[in-house]
Amino acid sequence: MKDRPFGREALAAAFARARAERRAALITYLTAGYPSLEDSPALLKALAQGGADILELGVPFSDPIADGPTIQKASYVALQNGTTPSACLNLVRRLREEGFRTPMVLMGYYNPIYRYGLEAYAQACREVGVDGLIVPDVPVEEAEPLQSACRAYGLALILLAAPTTREDRLRRIAAQTEGFLYLVARLGITGAGDGLTGDLFDRVAQVRRFARTPVAVGFGIAMPEQARALAPWVDGVIVGSAIVERAPQGPGALAEYVASLRAALRLA
Amino acid sequence: MTPLCERNLSPHGWPDARGYYGPYGGRFVAETLMEPLAELEEAYRQAREDPTFQAELAALLCHYVGRPTPITYAQRLSAACGGAQIWLKREDLAHTGAHKINNALGQALLAKRMGKKRLIAETGAGQHGVATATVAALLGMECTVYMGCEDMARQAPNVLRMRLLGADVRAVEGGSRTLKDAINEALRDWAYSVRESYYLLGSALGPHPYPLIVRDLQSVIGREAREQMLAQAGRLPDILVACVGGGSNAIGLFYPFLQDGIEMVGVEAGGEGLASHRHASRLTGAPESRVGVLHGVRTYVLQDEHGQIAATHSISAGLDYPSVGPEHALLYEMGRVRYTAVTDGEALAAFQALARLEGILPALESAHAIAEAMRLAAARPKEAILLVNLSGRGDKDLDTVSAALEEGGR
Repeated sequence: MKDRPFGREALAAAFARARAERRAALITYLTAGYPSLEDSPALLKALAQGGADILELGVPFSDPIADGPTIQKASYVALQNGTTPSACLNLVRRLREEGFRTPMVLMGYYNPIYRYGLEAYAQACREVGVDGLIVPDVPVEEAEPLQSACRAYGLALILLAAPTTREDRLRRIAAQTEGFLYLVARLGITGAGDGLTGDLFDRVAQVRRFARTPVAVGFGIAMPEQARALAPWVDGVIVGSAIVERAPQGPGALAEYVASLRAALRLA
Repeated sequence: MTPLCERNLSPHGWPDARGYYGPYGGRFVAETLMEPLAELEEAYRQAREDPTFQAELAALLCHYVGRPTPITYAQRLSAACGGAQIWLKREDLAHTGAHKINNALGQALLAKRMGKKRLIAETGAGQHGVATATVAALLGMECTVYMGCEDMARQAPNVLRMRLLGADVRAVEGGSRTLKDAINEALRDWAYSVRESYYLLGSALGPHPYPLIVRDLQSVIGREAREQMLAQAGRLPDILVACVGGGSNAIGLFYPFLQDGIEMVGVEAGGEGLASHRHASRLTGAPESRVGVLHGVRTYVLQDEHGQIAATHSISAGLDYPSVGPEHALLYEMGRVRYTAVTDGEALAAFQALARLEGILPALESAHAIAEAMRLAAARPKEAILLVNLSGRGDKDLDTVSAALEEGGR
């Protein structure tokens, strides 16, 4: 669709709409090609129908070091299904051709992007209608080449901050991230967690002091109650492994689960 | 590729402040690990300058590890090759039977200095896992070792050794079930346990500062060998030969000789031959080896056309790894070290030759270096001296060797 805002603007618009509706934005992650490439379009549409504001589409990698068992398994299955970076781009292209407007960002590790070529990848993302990238193994110190490529094509490169990140680096990350700042809720890797800690709320407050973009929190969030507790303090909540776990149940069940998360994000 | 400037041609200028060796190296990890790596870098910088730390390390290397390890002139092996003299740096005689203890001990002392209570390690052949379990016992620390389940099967004696030493050995079922996957799992553990755990990486790879720390700690091999050659042979060797998996024993031998203009050869796992695609040879021009990013570092990585990491193969678990330390990538690009590959069959033949001619059972990793040295020796004059790093002993490989020999009908 020609009139769809693109890149950073598309992400900003999604957060603005959520804010106008007095709720935190819902960001959902799903590995492309899981449980199969044929299932992916219907599942992505179900996420949007259930109320996701932004979709993270996982580009599978053979060695997903920042991911827990759920996403590791999904990545493995997706790779067995032939889910190459090009297949992920084609998936986005087809959805956009059908008029699918929900902002989409690709989340994937650096080596496949490096192999594709940073410029070529950014250009292909722009052409098919990807709005941004999340690359968990590219910290701000190593981000410059990818940032340049993303800027050249108007893509948002979303940077992450973690519980271990110190203030000087947090300032740098906050200054350089585009679209939103992805705050990792706890130590460790992706996957359902054991609830939110008090530290997290202090952390969110600290991050918000430096951020010039919306702040979204992810890692370990699976239950509507967790989303409800976070909603007043953040601009967005990211749910990943819990979505991936439910993907094999099909679009109907997935949309229902997403709707329960979305309802929990509404501010009282 | 940016041309290597004058400073860069000195192999001693690396790594730079960002942890790069020319275009290779860096720190490509999840944000959670960035501060822990910065803390490690700072703690190591201080320890490196601290005479107390260095004295403690030196004393343990001498009285616990048994250093210096000797060098042995392999007279009958040399005669059989009919050319140059083959000398061996005997890391197989270090406590725990391989060079890995040099690094494990130094890093464990660093971990203790940093107030960490628990060591995490990955292991392929099991030698690094055994070394880490050993120093954990020595220093009274907890120890968790990740090992691919394929490697656990083929290096079973080392699994038992680690458990007897009190380590928690965890089988890694994911991916290719080898060293690569063990590193993935160790990094995941560390992301959870950064506050109390120290990740004791076993080779000269991974994110900065590991390649630097491991090179420094393994350089004891080359420093000793340099003095010993001068004392025993009256001169420096003409050629150094070492096997290269991640590359720690090779960089440990090579580094103190880099300014001497000596020829150096790194030997990678040729597996079933480069044409078979079943190998682990990164620096010999194999088409599937490209510059990429794996395990936190930019270097040569065996991968497919989509950037997925390739499955590798070697008879030796310690060389069965798709990527290589960044300093080796630089030395390769400079042409300072020549890299070559030895097949499973050639390594096996070298294993047997060293056993029968010298009474030494080498680790299968080290047998790759022996095979290349035998090849080189045959083509060189009698006055030439080859020094091979015999990085470990072969007891752990008896099952693999006997199975391979049976299969080969010999």
